[in-house]
Amino acid sequence: MSDLHKLTIADARDKLRAKEITSVELTQSCLDAIDAADALGAYVHKTPDLAIAAATAADARIAAGDAPDMCGIPLGIKDLFCTQGVDSQAASGILKGFKPEYESTVSQKLKDAGTVMLGKLNMDEFAMGSSNETSVYGDAVNPWKVDERNLTPGGSSGGSASAVAADLCLAATGTDTGGSIRQPAAFTGIVGIKPTYGRCSRWGIVAFASSLDQAGPMTKSVRDAAIMLETMCGHDPKDSTSADIAVPNFEAMLTGDIRGKKIGIPKEYRMDGMPAEIETLWQSGTEMLRDAGAEIVDISLPHTKYALPAYYVIAPAEASSNLARYDGVRFGLRATLGAGDGITEMYEKTRAEGFGPEVQRRVMIGTYVLSAGFYDAYYNRARRVRTLIKKDFEDVFAAGVDAILTPATPSAAFGLGEMTDADPVQMYLNDVFTVTVNLAGLPGISVPAGLDAQGLPLGLQLIGRPWEEGDLLNTAYALEQSAGFVAKPNKWW
Amino acid sequence: MSIDTATAAKVAKLARIKVEEDALPALAQEFNTILGFIEQLNEVDVEGVDPMTSVTPQRLKRRVDEVTDGSQQDKVLKNAPDAREGFFVVPKVVE
Repeated sequence: MSDLHKLTIADARDKLRAKEITSVELTQSCLDAIDAADALGAYVHKTPDLAIAAATAADARIAAGDAPDMCGIPLGIKDLFCTQGVDSQAASGILKGFKPEYESTVSQKLKDAGTVMLGKLNMDEFAMGSSNETSVYGDAVNPWKVDERNLTPGGSSGGSASAVAADLCLAATGTDTGGSIRQPAAFTGIVGIKPTYGRCSRWGIVAFASSLDQAGPMTKSVRDAAIMLETMCGHDPKDSTSADIAVPNFEAMLTGDIRGKKIGIPKEYRMDGMPAEIETLWQSGTEMLRDAGAEIVDISLPHTKYALPAYYVIAPAEASSNLARYDGVRFGLRATLGAGDGITEMYEKTRAEGFGPEVQRRVMIGTYVLSAGFYDAYYNRARRVRTLIKKDFEDVFAAGVDAILTPATPSAAFGLGEMTDADPVQMYLNDVFTVTVNLAGLPGISVPAGLDAQGLPLGLQLIGRPWEEGDLLNTAYALEQSAGFVAKPNKWW
Repeated sequence: MSIDTATAAKVAKLARIKVEEDALPALAQEFNTILGFIEQLNEVDVEGVDPMTSVTPQRLKRRVDEVTDGSQQDKVLKNAPDAREGFFVVPKVVE
């Protein structure tokens, strides 16, 4: 087996341009690695024939000259993206057998750029989860391992994180509603960026909470995130919330020079019971940015504490509405009906059979907070709190802060099954540092910054101003260079 | 605010999810745990604060009101669990 699958996007691009390698060789190396990694549960629908065909076409395009940067790069695609003619189930039983007749805008952009889809990646059902344990396909497993336990790669983009960290693709797509790109990136020692709300079209991505959902890349380096994000972004008339704003060349903005930048350290992110290692990592990240010439300022984001409870009103409310479309009529599963069952029984049985427990729970919570008599007390109140959370960020940006540094997660990766008996709220706490960013619509990036005492990766999060992903990526690039994180998981699978 | 099994049953019905009678007490308990967590929002002073309607203020784009898509009946029906003669088929709705 060749080692080509271990390349970054940037290195593979340069080697493809220099005719040192072909996309077919690169793709075959990934396909071989995938077939040897079933124990990770990362890929849930493999598409090797489509991949080789796309790689062959990419090689022809590169030979003809003038191919885009991403041409010939093999990627994994999260199962949440509708991909034409290829199973797209959002890891749910209710979409069993669903093969879309259309392609999501983001995956179409990646296709148009000549990338190679290797297959569909595991995730939490409808992106609802922080451990990839709610998937109908079974768990995705973290390639990092320190004892006999299998660890979670995080969620919801757990398959994407596992695949990138284990070199089963050069990069992957993820989506992030409350932290679903950044938390798994931190748990697996890779880079993940959620862009500003509206940067990437949501069209053709199975909807969870439409005012929060954003797609983004999960990659082996900040440079790769810059290259891939540029391909994924752009205005789309099919998504009314997609922004008609020019997409810059993000890679060209990676100078590593952050002298004079003002980095905010929010005091509210210092949580009770936070492991000392996370605190230490945060401090060392702060020092790295200071040493690189940034000005460090203490800031306050006073409504931080209320972000998770607001999220657990708004996200389920939107989910209950979005998931109403799964009715057993137009696509996916229909439950077997008994004699005399009418249309209501068809809905109720189909949804009970097709949705897993966490999805059912959130749909019902959403139904409750939107129901007559509770709409104002829960839903409208949460939306008011969301306004205040966004204002917290606007105030610090108005005071001249360029980016905010926080931990990405409150812990390192935990063992699969360890949270099974905990109440749902314990799992929700995984998103405590990331969820504010979705509520405020801001760009956020997770950068691997060190290992804990057990040898598991930990990440730091940088939060940027709206639409300034280029500047954010540059700060992340400076942090990446200072942190010098090069550890890889030992292959056990 | 505490949710009893009757309220849990009503919510399940509104959400069109079949929940067996014996599963209702545990469901009500889970709702109470989550709603207890959400109750924290009552500590926030939201007087005079508008509910957020759009996270990135922007005027929605308009376009000419004309047909831009359609005539894809076969594709629309392709993934249906039951489709016949160009229609989605459902259990009898009208007596």
